[in-house]
Amino acid sequence: MKFIIAIIKPFKLDEVREALGALGVAGMTVTEVKGFGRQKGQTEIYRGAEYTTNMLPKVKIEVAASDELAPRVVETIQQTATTEAIGDGKIFVFDLASATRIRTGETGDTAL
Amino acid sequence: MIRKLLCGAGALGGSLFAATTAFAQAATDAASSASSAVATAAATAAASPAAAPALINLTKLSAAAQTAAEATMLNKGDNAWMLVSSALVLLMSIPALALFYGGLVRTKNMLSVLMQVFMIISIGSLVWVGWGYSEAFTANSNATLAPWVGGLSKAFLKGVDATTVAATFSNNVYLPEYTYIIFQMTFAIITPALIVGSLADRVKFWPLMLFMVLWMTFVYFPIAHIVWYWAGPDFYFASIGQPGTPLGDGGFMFNKGALDFAGGTVVHINAGIAGLVGCLFLGKRIGYGKEPMPPHSLTMTMIGASLLWVGWFGFNAGSALESTSAASLAFINTFVATAAAAFSWILCDQLVHGKPSMLGAASGAVAGLVAVTPASGYAGPLGSIALGLVVSPVCFFFVGWVKNKFNYDDALDVFGVHCIGGIVGALGTGILAAPSLGGQGAADYSKFPYISGTDPHNAYDMAHQMVVQATGVSITLLWSGIGSAILYFIVDKLFGLRPSEDAEREGLDITEHGERAYNY
Repeated sequence: MKFIIAIIKPFKLDEVREALGALGVAGMTVTEVKGFGRQKGQTEIYRGAEYTTNMLPKVKIEVAASDELAPRVVETIQQTATTEAIGDGKIFVFDLASATRIRTGETGDTAL
Repeated sequence: MIRKLLCGAGALGGSLFAATTAFAQAATDAASSASSAVATAAATAAASPAAAPALINLTKLSAAAQTAAEATMLNKGDNAWMLVSSALVLLMSIPALALFYGGLVRTKNMLSVLMQVFMIISIGSLVWVGWGYSEAFTANSNATLAPWVGGLSKAFLKGVDATTVAATFSNNVYLPEYTYIIFQMTFAIITPALIVGSLADRVKFWPLMLFMVLWMTFVYFPIAHIVWYWAGPDFYFASIGQPGTPLGDGGFMFNKGALDFAGGTVVHINAGIAGLVGCLFLGKRIGYGKEPMPPHSLTMTMIGASLLWVGWFGFNAGSALESTSAASLAFINTFVATAAAAFSWILCDQLVHGKPSMLGAASGAVAGLVAVTPASGYAGPLGSIALGLVVSPVCFFFVGWVKNKFNYDDALDVFGVHCIGGIVGALGTGILAAPSLGGQGAADYSKFPYISGTDPHNAYDMAHQMVVQATGVSITLLWSGIGSAILYFIVDKLFGLRPSEDAEREGLDITEHGERAYNY
């Protein structure tokens, strides 16, 4: 099993969710996050006072997937979340040691 | 604007006679015919030194005579308009000003600003009824003090009841005195509330409340007396040259002929300079210039600015004190000057920063409202548009450049918008009142009925008027600047104005009020 963390642009969330749903991904966790990468911050000006925000708002998606599904999940997120501009985000993949469904106690792929 | 329960002897006789005549007619005709008949009598009485005003309490008249006298002096339309205006001006304080300011501070200080405004309104109203009204709008028996501050004859509204009346700008047209007290109360309470914008994020609640009570007592009420107090058109002109009132029974600047229709000096310059002194006295907020301090909700700021615009119609058009064309003029001037100022501020935004900002639009609208306040009854609509177009670039320069250059932390730009905008407006009034520029000229209140319009017998002297306007501005800056500095010093020595560093960092909502603005 793989654990996939993707940092994407907030307005791409719905598109990514729909595409992953079509792929058979049964669940995900979404968090609003801030951070920085190669995309520099934005400048805000309030009555002449300029603030450069170097932390930009992004959305973090966490998905657990079977070994077979994981590459297609990564591919789908990459293809739907891209705007081909700087700041589109990153996808990280981890090996997942175990998964347990709390209600039934099932483990492994069937718990996903 | 007289607050005395007075009737000139001649005017009273005239009004009784006219009322008797009027009663024979249809009720609808009565008011108009009676008022014009009375007007003649009243004007005669006011103009003739022989008919010296006598104090006559309406309550001492027989019930029928009292009703008859009141029927000719009080106009239901005027009273309705003034009560609505009063409520509109209260709306300017809460929620409008509170939201406008609240949106501009950080989340952790939202409630502190809302509370400061809300409680200045509440405590200030009590102060107004206690001694403010008397201090601002009664004659002082001490001839030396009379031009500067009123007496205490009506402290705690002594002698005021539902039968007493207050003067308007027209001969023999009066408001119920309660109405006038309420209307002026809303001005007296919004003015100290304006100051809190300069002190935002770093002032303790109770010491601030004490400061505001003192500030109203020693700064606002005297300035209101200096600029606005006069004995009213039925008595003022007869009072000129009389013992004790050589220049007339009015405040110092009123006697000089200062034009401040709705409070450019009394409200905005007065509060603006007190704000500047306050932010210098308190010092900068912790982290000012190092940490970002962006507004926490420009949505609320926009709501606040919009409600200010609406409420300001009561402020300016209500200052006509009658439901006449003077009110209509002030209304349209207020509308268009504000629109022009919002527009010219976002043009500055676009030119300097490359984008038109919501905060710029809101700030511009407020600057326009401030600037047109003294001019609203004297300028014409096109003159008001010019005033609006001019005021925003000036304020824009002060909040964006002067503040940084001189490095003072006027947190919400009370000085840059209200004081500077007020000065632009006060001086602009002297220019725009000129009939040659579409203005109304110097008002001649001795004529009846008083209507906005040029007085063909008195040429408007712009140079003289500008000197008068500048004098009014200077007196206000000095009185409020020095008075505020002394009061800040006293309150700070007694109780300390600034919270501890830890409290300031944590935010005043929790440390001063034990609440958070948002729980989610």
